[in-house]
Amino acid sequence: MKQLLTFIRKEFLHVFRDRKTLLMLFGLPIAQIVLFGFALSNEIKNTRIAVVDYSKDAVTTRIISKIAGSPYFNIQRSLAGGQELQAAFKKGNIKMAVIFPAGFGDDLTHTGKATMQVIADASDPNQATTITNYLNQIVLDFNAGLAQDAAQPMQILPEIQMLYNPALRGAPNFVPGVMALVLMLVCTMMTSVAIVREKELGTMEILLVSPFRPLYIIIAKLAPNLLISVVNLFIILFLSDIFLDLPVKGSLLLLVTGSVLFILTCLSIGLLLSISAKTQQAAMMGSLMGMMLPTMLLTGFLFPIENMPVALQVLSNLVPSRWYFIIIKQVMLKGLGVAAVWRELLILTGMCVLLFGISLRNFKIRLQ
Amino acid sequence: MITLDNITKTYNKGQVLAVKDISFSVEPGELFGLIGPDGAGKTTLFRILTTLLLADKGSAVVNGFDVVKDYAKIRNSVGYMPGRFSLYQDLTIEENLHFFATVFGTTIKENYALIKDIYQQIEPFKDRRAGKLSGGMKQKLALCCALIHKPAVLFLDEPTTGVDVVSRKEFWEMLARLKAEGITILVSTPYMDEAKLCDRIALIQKGSILSIDDPAGIVRSFPDKLYAVQAGNTHLLLREVRAYPGTSSCFAFGDALHVTFRNGEEQGLIPYLQGKGLPDTTMSAITPGIEDCFIHLLKS
Amino acid sequence: METVITTDKLTKRFGSFVACDALSFTVGRGEIFGFLGANGAGKTTAMRMLCGLLAPSSGKATIAGFDVYTQTEKIKRSIGYMSQKFSLYDDLTVAENIRFYAGIYGMSRPAIRTKTTQLLEELQLQNEAKTLVRELPLGWKQKLSFSVSIVHEPGIVFLDEPTGGVDPVTRRQFWDLIYAAADKGVTIFVTTHYMDEAEYCNRVSIMVDGVIAALDSPARLKAEFSASSMEDVFYELARKAKRKGD
Repeated sequence: MKQLLTFIRKEFLHVFRDRKTLLMLFGLPIAQIVLFGFALSNEIKNTRIAVVDYSKDAVTTRIISKIAGSPYFNIQRSLAGGQELQAAFKKGNIKMAVIFPAGFGDDLTHTGKATMQVIADASDPNQATTITNYLNQIVLDFNAGLAQDAAQPMQILPEIQMLYNPALRGAPNFVPGVMALVLMLVCTMMTSVAIVREKELGTMEILLVSPFRPLYIIIAKLAPNLLISVVNLFIILFLSDIFLDLPVKGSLLLLVTGSVLFILTCLSIGLLLSISAKTQQAAMMGSLMGMMLPTMLLTGFLFPIENMPVALQVLSNLVPSRWYFIIIKQVMLKGLGVAAVWRELLILTGMCVLLFGISLRNFKIRLQ
Repeated sequence: MITLDNITKTYNKGQVLAVKDISFSVEPGELFGLIGPDGAGKTTLFRILTTLLLADKGSAVVNGFDVVKDYAKIRNSVGYMPGRFSLYQDLTIEENLHFFATVFGTTIKENYALIKDIYQQIEPFKDRRAGKLSGGMKQKLALCCALIHKPAVLFLDEPTTGVDVVSRKEFWEMLARLKAEGITILVSTPYMDEAKLCDRIALIQKGSILSIDDPAGIVRSFPDKLYAVQAGNTHLLLREVRAYPGTSSCFAFGDALHVTFRNGEEQGLIPYLQGKGLPDTTMSAITPGIEDCFIHLLKS
Repeated sequence: METVITTDKLTKRFGSFVACDALSFTVGRGEIFGFLGANGAGKTTAMRMLCGLLAPSSGKATIAGFDVYTQTEKIKRSIGYMSQKFSLYDDLTVAENIRFYAGIYGMSRPAIRTKTTQLLEELQLQNEAKTLVRELPLGWKQKLSFSVSIVHEPGIVFLDEPTGGVDPVTRRQFWDLIYAAADKGVTIFVTTHYMDEAEYCNRVSIMVDGVIAALDSPARLKAEFSASSMEDVFYELARKAKRKGD
């Protein structure tokens, strides 16, 4: 018994003398509670929607102001019509559109029924379901109000259409997220570990004391990971086509280009990590803690970015997978072209060049 | 060929002193030994000379190039075998050699004559992965990889540590042959007995050089007369000789004690010991070895 | 002389590979027994069996009278062990290390306190009691490691290449500690690569290719092989080894 206590006491000493692990043991839970409790949420608020009013009568005005008054919705603009709506959906500027056809109020008064069209962006099916439900609630409420005032029963019927993902399948949302996550983890971790392994084995010393240029060492370390990641990419695309019925709607070339940019960015992050890590273990932990958490939380596939506090939204701009996620959704799911993703491609290119440049400059040509 | 001038290096922002004010030089074609225990600073010096570390103070020149300004040129022209024989564990002997040859911009064939004697000993195992080799074989492979580009200078950091006695002997024979080819060799070792196989040696301890000379010169500098004292019971002998008032220093060396005495006191030792139950003691004057000198220098 | 270690055809097989082949020898109380052999000769395997860490494939052995097959726990409590990798915790202080190992061996609190003070005095480490071990110079670490391995005053202590890499003076100071322990009746079972240290032993055994190729006092071994030093004796035997330390 005494021996057991002695051993336990020693284990405590070890833990408390390891500052870095201590930080993780206490810091991480606190950070997670704060994040999950306050900042990240699945709730939908201030969703950007569009309203198209062909009728412009008393009823539509009232119902629109009711929708506007709701905390769930943020009416972006009252758009003119079909083309503009399509464009807005494609760009991802709005998540839902509510369309009142001409003669809405008349229909209601005369027939007791009027249909309003609701189009929701279902590439995130959870989000789409939630916001259409909110809308339904508002309409039901409005209907109840109508019933009180008028003699005949009057009902507004929302006709809901789910864009991009009519069957509301989960796959269109999580496949892009998983793609970003998997590629990011593999690239960052494998690259950082591969370089640190040389340091640990001591072979890095010999490589440095040779005519072999450090740039070549870097390229040699990145090359197999790049190749493997591209192969992985094709496997995931193939599987999601065959088994999840989620084919690539847009240009495969564009998707691959965006993916390669993303892969290169992640490889550069792995490179940067390897410079400061002294052991393979530290490299792996750095990749996991440093990259997995932000990627999962701030990419936008688990938690909508629009709903985060501003601070986190700004932070999410730094996470490469956030931009890649947009590219995948636009190209793979919505079938859009370069015009829709040029901004994201440019951002990824910039990140890649910057990170690679920093890594190259800081790559230690000496041991200390 | 190699010159160090007041090299000082500390770690941890000055908290740990690795080497202080080290100055010495190695002539072309010399086999120079850096002799000292762990922590003496040998590896630090090697890393500074191979341009892997920057010294805090001082300067060094290798093969005519400054270690700081012309590091790239040095890296092109030296062979380096760091401690632990850094090899790629999951590549075979042949793959390792081929890789290093390519890294140095040459082929195995080009300088094969130089490594032939060594490589032939491990060639039967050329398809075996380096991780599965014995210490002696790893040592030979690492040496081949360091030589494959026919460097002008060879840096070997503790190449015989952790290797069996037979391989150690063979290794030094290989070094002698390489020296005959005109390659300058700087080798470090904690084994004092290997010191006498070098042209010149520097004894180093705790970051400072105790002495530099050729082995004979180091031995000549031993100030006192040294005696070897032997008896049947070495353990008892050690106690009693230490207790003898005329003893200046007394250290165990295998089956004999190496003793120095205060002036003229050596005469009284044998009678003294006879009275202490050690009748069969013998004593003879001997030439000091490198270890005797090292111990003496440590004490002063 | 009372025997504290006995082995009778002790063998260890790994698949078809025979690491130790029918080792038979005895070691007496208070003896300093040198256990030599080239890398791969089977030394480490033999030591592990004697410490109760590895079950033999066949043969018999007793340590301090306890059977290596059935009484390994009693063996572990009666022996001390020190390996070249020191077995001290770098991120604990000198005093904490002593207290930990003493506690692990089941010593009582007052005994631990007395022993700690005694050890610190003997090694002259009183001022370093609260220093982290990783900040100690190599030689002090080794001496501390040895003292810690006998903190519970065992009858036998196994030393696995205890003097690797230290300077010549510290090496000899270490052997002073070993001699002091042997004088108190502790049996020392030591392996080493330094051939001059082989001379400090009462008897030396040399393993080659899994068998004991020679076992006797250094003086008699040198006579037998007409050698002037243990190094030459060892070299003679090691040269013929077929196992090159694979």
